[in-house]
Amino acid sequence: MGRHSHSIVEQDSAPGPDDGGGHLLEVDDLYVEFRTGEGTAKVINGVSYHLDPGETLAVLGESGSGKSVTAQAIMGILDTPPGFVTGGRILYQGKDLLTASESDRRAVRGREISIIFQDALSALNPVFTVGWQISEALRKREGLSKKDGLERAVELMELVNIPGARERLKAYPHQFSGGMRQRVMIAMALAQKPNVVIADEPTTALDVTVQAQIMDLLGDLRRELNTAMILITHDLGVVADVADRIAVMYAGRIIEHADVHALYRSPAHPYTLGLLNSIPRLDDKGKTLRTIPGLPPNLTNIPSGCPFHPRCRFVRDVCRSEVPPSLDLGGRHSACHFARELLAGELEPTRKEPEL
Amino acid sequence: MSNRTGAAAVAKPTLGQPILTVEGMVKYFPITRGILFRRKIGDVKAVDGVDFTLHKGETLGVVGESGCGKSTLAKLLMRLEDATAGTAVYDGRDIVAAKGGELRRLRRQVQMVMQDPYTSLNPRMTVGDIIAEPLIIHGVGGKDKARETRVRELLDLVGLNPEHINRYPHQFSGGQRQRVGIARALALNPEIIICDEPVSALDVSIQAQVINLLEKLQAELGLSYIFIAHDLSVVRHICDRVAVMYLGRIVEIGSEDEIYNRATHPYTQALLSAVPVPDPDAREHRRIIRLSGDVPSPANPPSGCRFRTRCWKATDLCAEKTPALIEREADPHPSACHYAERADHILG
Repeated sequence: MGRHSHSIVEQDSAPGPDDGGGHLLEVDDLYVEFRTGEGTAKVINGVSYHLDPGETLAVLGESGSGKSVTAQAIMGILDTPPGFVTGGRILYQGKDLLTASESDRRAVRGREISIIFQDALSALNPVFTVGWQISEALRKREGLSKKDGLERAVELMELVNIPGARERLKAYPHQFSGGMRQRVMIAMALAQKPNVVIADEPTTALDVTVQAQIMDLLGDLRRELNTAMILITHDLGVVADVADRIAVMYAGRIIEHADVHALYRSPAHPYTLGLLNSIPRLDDKGKTLRTIPGLPPNLTNIPSGCPFHPRCRFVRDVCRSEVPPSLDLGGRHSACHFARELLAGELEPTRKEPEL
Repeated sequence: MSNRTGAAAVAKPTLGQPILTVEGMVKYFPITRGILFRRKIGDVKAVDGVDFTLHKGETLGVVGESGCGKSTLAKLLMRLEDATAGTAVYDGRDIVAAKGGELRRLRRQVQMVMQDPYTSLNPRMTVGDIIAEPLIIHGVGGKDKARETRVRELLDLVGLNPEHINRYPHQFSGGQRQRVGIARALALNPEIIICDEPVSALDVSIQAQVINLLEKLQAELGLSYIFIAHDLSVVRHICDRVAVMYLGRIVEIGSEDEIYNRATHPYTQALLSAVPVPDPDAREHRRIIRLSGDVPSPANPPSGCRFRTRCWKATDLCAEKTPALIEREADPHPSACHYAERADHILG
């Protein structure tokens, strides 16, 4: 049933160096819904993006925008039920993962595509040693002996700059600090040398100085191993530091997709514009913050037309009735009826600044 | 940056009357061992000698990484924890030593907004009851009818619909719940509000709404805020003065301009340089100071300067002598570093 609005979302793929297909990873018109007692939440509504070798794509969105669910669908770790993929394809090296057999998916998971979770403390098993957990995949999947697995674990821990790696093989997760635990997570994700690493809010739980260390590490590893990365985050600052391209999600759709420089310089969607205006900046004290009024939509009852229209300063009649297609603006895309006018600075607001 | 280098010569902005003076604030949590015979084997030095003054109508930011003692400091000022030593004088009376009726009267003047709007509101009480609770406890706001009028006023003041007085917390979003928490803190007409990470649990687009509300209330009601946060961008936006904490001590304190443009303590400089700036063009010319390692345990802090184990300037002097929080030659604001000096191009 998920494909009923198929015609509304344009099929052409997102911007990038080569749009002629043959991407490393391609999410094509994905639909996911969560069936719960309180109704069906349409969590992903036609998401398409792609990833090429060695590049970093940032997926930016607030809680409930569907950014993590897309990653779970790619990894095949969506909780079913309540989550169901109802349409679309996820192509890895041209092969659709959604129709692949479970054993084929297992072969991809970890070895080709791996994931770094946000909260390392709950993602690691508290009753096994760190060395055992890092080497688990190597023993089970690569057939390494216990001894060889631990040797590789030491190498991996050294790769992610954990000091005293050999001595800390037998340590448990609670004996590590937050930053060190996240390094263990990264070591596990890299254990089988994947081509794609999905980092789901990898630094959200960390302090800024540790966040800088971890983002540095991810950047270095990506360059060294030529790994492609999908960075899922809500932090506009982190994105600006590391991403090549950025996809902004809202209510389960990608509403803007552009080169990171272009997007920060001139956002082509009112939501992106609102987000950039609403964050306090370290390099400027600024005046009253310009806010986006209202709340993100309830996914069991997404507004008609453009899902952002109830909060949009530039709303017109057409926005309330018609879902905007993803407009091609020359190397970048925006799902706003008036993206061209907004980019040209010719779009007049129809609503006043919100009251407090 | 260059247009601000001359700012050192400009006189400091005039501050209001001091309203809260904190001196020598110390909080040690004992570490014990043994089940039948509990022995004290050490202390976690959560707050270890903090002095500052809060002025009327200003916002003082307290920043630092997790475990630096900033939330413990908030609890001490609210008397949710008893201080090991130190004084906090409000209106001639010491909050730390106050008892009974005097403490109750002081508590009316100092209120708090908690970090997590999901756990700090009782799910079984309506928002009307939540906001009225401080009025009932302190016996103010009159009888039922008058109290309800006051609660409706407060809801309106924080931008919530007064008709929602009988709703429960779960019927509100995170940002709206934080507004309920703010209304509760305002109920007793306090002079000081301690905000402990009031926006860190909220989404980006909602954060700005709550920050603007806090600023509006300050302007209308003449409130003084102690604003505790780890997000340095938010702190810069809302604060007049900023105190930077590390392992239980203030390492640098000054006006927003002094901290963000003319920081002299290496820790402040490292902290500022690590904050990601939402500008991809800044990638090339920002100088980022990478600190190695983690914050040491507050149960066993380093001797002398507590930052020396991660500091690139550390010498033997730093291990021997604790640097005092005094004005240094480099810039006229207090900085606790023997080698205080300014660094350029931190913020690009």
